[in-house]
Parts: sequence; structure tokens; C-alpha cells
Amino acid sequence: MKTTLMLGAMTVAGLAAGAAAAATLDDVKARGKLNCGVTTGLVGFAAPDADGEWQGFDVGVCRAVAAAVLGDASAVEFVPTTGKTRFTALASGEIDLLARNTTWTFSRDVDLKFEFVGINYYDGQGFMVPKELGVSSAKELDGATVCIQTGTTTELNLADFFRTNNISYEPVPIETNAEAQPLYLEGACDVYTTDASGLAATRAAFENPGDHVVLPEIISKEPLGPLVRHGDNDWGDIARWTLNALIAAEELGVTSANIDELAAGTNNPEINRLLGTEGTLGEMLGLDAQWAVRAIKAGGNYGELFEKNIGENTPIGLARGLNAQWTDGGLLYSPPFR
Amino acid sequence: MSTLSDPPAESFQLSQLLNDTRYRSYTFQFIALILLILAMAWLGYNLAQNLAAAGLNISYEFLGEPAGYDINQRLIEYDSQSTHWRAAIVGVLNTLLVAVLGCFMATVIGVVVGVLRLSKNWLVSKIMAIYVEIFRNVPVLIWILIIMAVFVAILPQPRDFRGDDPAASMVLDLFAFTGRGFYLPRPYFTVEWASGGTGWLVVLAVLVGSFFGARALAKWATATQEATGQRPTTWYFTLGIWFVPLAFVLLVMGLAWDIPALKGFNFQGGIFMRNSLIALTFALAIYTAAFIAENVRAGILAISKGQTEAAASLGLRPNRIMNLVILPQALRVIIPPLISQYLNLTKNSSLAIAVGYMDLTGTLGGITLNQTGRAIEAVLLLMLFYLTISLSISFIMNIYNNSVKLKER
Ligand SMILES: N[C@@H](CCC(=O)N[C@@H](CS)C(=O)NCC(=O)O)C(=O)O
Repeated sequence: MKTTLMLGAMTVAGLAAGAAAAATLDDVKARGKLNCGVTTGLVGFAAPDADGEWQGFDVGVCRAVAAAVLGDASAVEFVPTTGKTRFTALASGEIDLLARNTTWTFSRDVDLKFEFVGINYYDGQGFMVPKELGVSSAKELDGATVCIQTGTTTELNLADFFRTNNISYEPVPIETNAEAQPLYLEGACDVYTTDASGLAATRAAFENPGDHVVLPEIISKEPLGPLVRHGDNDWGDIARWTLNALIAAEELGVTSANIDELAAGTNNPEINRLLGTEGTLGEMLGLDAQWAVRAIKAGGNYGELFEKNIGENTPIGLARGLNAQWTDGGLLYSPPFR
Repeated sequence: MSTLSDPPAESFQLSQLLNDTRYRSYTFQFIALILLILAMAWLGYNLAQNLAAAGLNISYEFLGEPAGYDINQRLIEYDSQSTHWRAAIVGVLNTLLVAVLGCFMATVIGVVVGVLRLSKNWLVSKIMAIYVEIFRNVPVLIWILIIMAVFVAILPQPRDFRGDDPAASMVLDLFAFTGRGFYLPRPYFTVEWASGGTGWLVVLAVLVGSFFGARALAKWATATQEATGQRPTTWYFTLGIWFVPLAFVLLVMGLAWDIPALKGFNFQGGIFMRNSLIALTFALAIYTAAFIAENVRAGILAISKGQTEAAASLGLRPNRIMNLVILPQALRVIIPPLISQYLNLTKNSSLAIAVGYMDLTGTLGGITLNQTGRAIEAVLLLMLFYLTISLSISFIMNIYNNSVKLKER
């Protein structure tokens, strides 16, 4: 028992020691690799392809940061995390950045001491059911068995939703999306609930996606974004402005196709500042002038990443909706680069 | 007053602490203790410093906050507005439930397999040997996952019971075996005063009464046998003592059965045994049973063959030899390792989350830890809970062990 306690205390102490270490940028540079926490596999957001290369919308954020900081979009060590393990992984310093469909909430920001660097997908929680059940609204789900991923906001929203509507359900807690799929398909649960984007991605991977419907109710706000540890503001700034660079690039019409041309200099000062031909923004971040060019080149601007991974022409088929630029009636709005 | 034979007065010198064998071991133990305390203090200090640097503190206040999540299997009243503490207690009870069911099943299977492995029948003993080797050499987590996967895949789901020509139907119209779990008829009492828990208390009281009645009867039979050499036939009296009063109270309290029926998404009514509970208990039981079987076999083999022969020469039949001579002695060898198997089973039950069973690790060490971010507090409390459970099991089993162990007079 004594040894167990000792070991426990040591782990805990080690955990906290990692958390306290600042200067993540130096660590990443010294290591030559960015440790990026992603999902265990959600096609479209983060999943290894047939060649074992990680692909996806969240993966795109990791690669952009790696490109900005290390000059190499492939210098990323992807660390698969579950809903339960992701925060420990970040707090303990195992990963430098977490990009895993993670909802920005008050308690995660303030109490768990993390820093969300922005929002890369505005989402909400939805429900998916087999068509044959004939359910058309989430309010008809009284008595249903519901598969949920533990350690997520999903399970809290679910409890609230059923409580406020005064209906009952039977939760089946599950660790990963991959474990939930067979349970849902075999009928061990009637309903699968998670972020609507996750539902679309999960359904796209089914053999017969048409046999399943996503119910119209969206029961929560799920602003998903990348996050870093509290306390290292310089590192937080790098991640925040890399994401903003991708968003601003789309707004300003900078794409991976025309960026080489634009990076030679344009008559739009904001583009020039972003791409480093004017001003010293890169230097202020502790990077070089070309940081944003590399970040945008890694996988394209925000719109390109969206279209390539989860957009309407992919099997996942998500519309831009709230995730359109503010100029197109969406919520994406990068602060100015100046 | 001093005499010549008195030893010279002790003069203690510091060097004795190292050179004198009487003190040396104390010196080293003391140094080791100091080092241990220093190491602990350093770790504790480090922890406190780093927590402070990260802006965190140790606080158990979260235990009083509403948990916010639902738990499917609750042995006590609980909903998402209950506190984290209550969620932890729900988890503890779920852990205890698997532990008790699992230990019971493991013991039954283990004893049977252990005895059969010594059978003279070649086929039976080989089958048992294969069982033992397969089950104890594959990690228990794998067994849990396999059994759950098979359970969910093989049994029909509620949707298969639906429609005009359903693919599955209830057994005898009373039981439904589905991939989500088993639905069984639930007895309840229709008479007003008995409908709460009271009815079951009455049943329990009657059963305890019957137990003592039956014991008194057996005592009387033995006494008669000793006095007259004839044992009176009592089995129908015994049956009567057990069943007549029970049947009477059940009738008075209006026993009825709540039969599960498919309503909406799931079967409703009756007793519901969740797939996760069944798979977990079963996996833990058959895994641990393989170890218990080996303990039982070792225990029996430890009794010398002369005992069997001596008993046989007294004219005892083989199963009487087993029950009266071998097993009582073998128990002394079996019980101590059995205690550690029970402890193992209880601790292995923390793998429950693999099948979504909400035990202590799933509630306090899982969702609560995650949603509050209070990792250190939750893990310490978790250790305390498991320690308490394990020590209680050891304590109870040791009492039993003391009652069967060799009494030296
Ligand atoms: N946004 C929610 C839920 C996140 C979540 O768990 N999403 C699922 C489905 S959208 C996922 O990414 N699963 C991938 C995996 O199992 O690793 C949260 O932050 O708590």
C-alpha cells in the first residue's frame, strides 16, 4: 500500500510539474515536433487515412500551427485522445495543443485552467436514430436507450434536455466514437447523440447512411475550438493567430493556389501584413515573417480546409451555415491583422 | 548496593550506534524512516508548489455540487440534480453488487471445476484443465470485451420483438432475453401495507424463522437418533417448515408478478438486468473461477492420501469422505488464497467502464473526475474507497478463516 501511495503521489506530482512548465514554444522547437491531441478517429475531423496519414479538419489546425512554428506541416506527432483523456493529456504537457472537437465552456476555460484560442466550428448537439423507428422529434424519445460518449458536454446536455422535457431515458456510456458505432448499428441503443457535425461524420461512415436520420432538434451550443494550457500566453497567441490567419486568409481571398503570387507583395496592406511583406507581426509572435504563409500553405485557408474535409462535396456533406464568414452571414470573424 | 557479579555500569558512546549490533539495526531503520519521510515531504511539497503555480488547489467542495449527469443503474435514488457525492455512492454500490455476485459465482464455478479436475474420468479432468488454462492465461479485460460483444451480437434487440412477424419472442411470455439485458418478472405485493419494503421484511423474517425451525427439527432428529439409534424421517416436516408459512404470508400479502412487456423503445416493467452487469459479472466470475479452481485442487491434494484410505477403512462412502474428511481440512489451505482472489475480483471490477457499467471508477473516477477536473481529489478518494472495500472483505474473510482453521488446544 505504501508503494502504491508513493507511486500515486509521484504521478500526481509529475503531472503537476508538467503543467507548470512554461515556454511551450521553446519545447516544441527543441523537440522539432508539435504534439497535437486529436480524436481517436472521426472521419473528416481527424482520422488516419489508408496510408496512415492523419487527415481532417482538426488535423488541419495542427498542421497549420506546426508549419507556422517549425516550417514543416508534417512535423506533428498526433496523439489520439478520448473524451476522458484529452484534458489530462493537455494539462500534463503530453500534448502542446488540443484540437479535438472540444466545446468551449466556462468551466473548462476557468476551472480546468485551459485557454481556448478560438472557434473553428460552431456546432450544436443533435440526435441520430434509425429511420425504421419512425421518430420525427427528440421529444418522442421517452424511454429510449441512448449511446453517449463519457467525459463530454454531450452527457450533461442530454441529462438537462430529458429533465426539462420530463421524459426518461437509459444512458449507455461509451469511451470512443468507434465503440459507439457497432452498439448503435446492432440496436443496443436506439439513439446516438453527439455534436451534429460528429453525427454527420459518423453517419457518412455507415454502410447505408440513408437508413438513419438526424432529428431536427439541436439542443445545445457547441462552439468547438483548439485549446492550450493556461499560463503560457505566448504559446496561446501563436495558436490563436494561426487559426485567425486561416480565417482571415479566406476573407481576404488568399488561397493555397494564389498565395505564392500574393506573398510577393500586393497593394492591400492587410494582406501584406498577414503574409509578412509589411510590418513585423511574425516577429511579435516570436516567429519569422513567413509564419502565416506557411500556415496557409499547409492545407489551404479556412474555407479550403472546410471544403476538402467536411464540406458539401465530401461524404460528410456539411453546409457552411454558421461557419460561413461574417461577410456571408456566418459567425466567422477574425480580428484585424494590424 | 552492588555485588561483585554486577556488570560494569553501561557507558554509552555514540559510536555504538554503528558498531554495536544491538543498536545498529535501529540506527539503520531510523535513517531509512527519515529518508522516507523526507521523500514523501518532498513529493508533497512539489505537488503543492506545482498546483499553486498552475493556479489549482485541493478542495473537496465539488462533492456537494450537482453532478449533472445520469447513471443508468442506480440501487439508490439518484438523478442528474443529485450531488457528486451521491453519484460516488451509487458507484460504490454498483461496485459492491458486481463484487458480491462475481465472488459468489466464481466460488461455485471454481469449486466445481477444481473438484472435477481431480476426477478419475479422463475427459472431464482434461476439459477442466483446458478451461483453467484458457481462462487464467488471457487478460480479464479481453474476456470482458469478448463476452459483451458476443452478448450484444447474438441476442436479439428489442426491435426484433416488434412487428407482426417478429424475429424474436419472449420465453414463456415471461422472460425477455435481449442484447440490452434480461427482463424478468418482478414479484410485488398488492396489499396496501406490504407494498413498500415492508412486505419483503416480512418474507425475510419468515425465512429466518423457518431456518431456525428447521434447525431445531434437525437437532431433535439427531437427539432421537442418539437416544434410540433410529433417525426419524423428517424431510416432509422440513419441507413444510420452509414452505407453508412462506406460502401463507405471500398469499396474505397478495403476491403478484409484474411481467415485462415491450412498450415504446424498450421492455418496461419487471426486473431489468443490464447487459453490462451480466457481461462484467460473468467475465470476472469465470476468470477468477479458474484461479479458485487451482486453489481448490491444491487444497485437496494437500490432504494426504492416508486420510482417504483411513476414512475408507472405516466404511465411509466416497462422497462422505469428501464432505466429512477431505474438504473440512482442505478448506484451511483453500481459504487464505481465496481471500486474495476475492480481492482481485473486486479490484478487477474497475474495468467496468469498458462495457459502460457505472461502477465507482466510472462515476467518481470517470465522469465526476472529468467534468470537475478534480483529478487528484477524485483519485485519492477513489483509492480510499477501494482500500476500505478491500480491507472489509479481508476482515470478513479472516473471521471466517479463523473459524475453520486448525484449533490448537
Ligand atoms: N464537443 C463535445 C463532444 C466532443 C466529442 O466527444 N465528439 C465526438 C463525436 S463529435 C468525437 O470527437 N469522437 C471521436 C473519438 O471518439 O475519439 C465536448 O467537447 O465535450
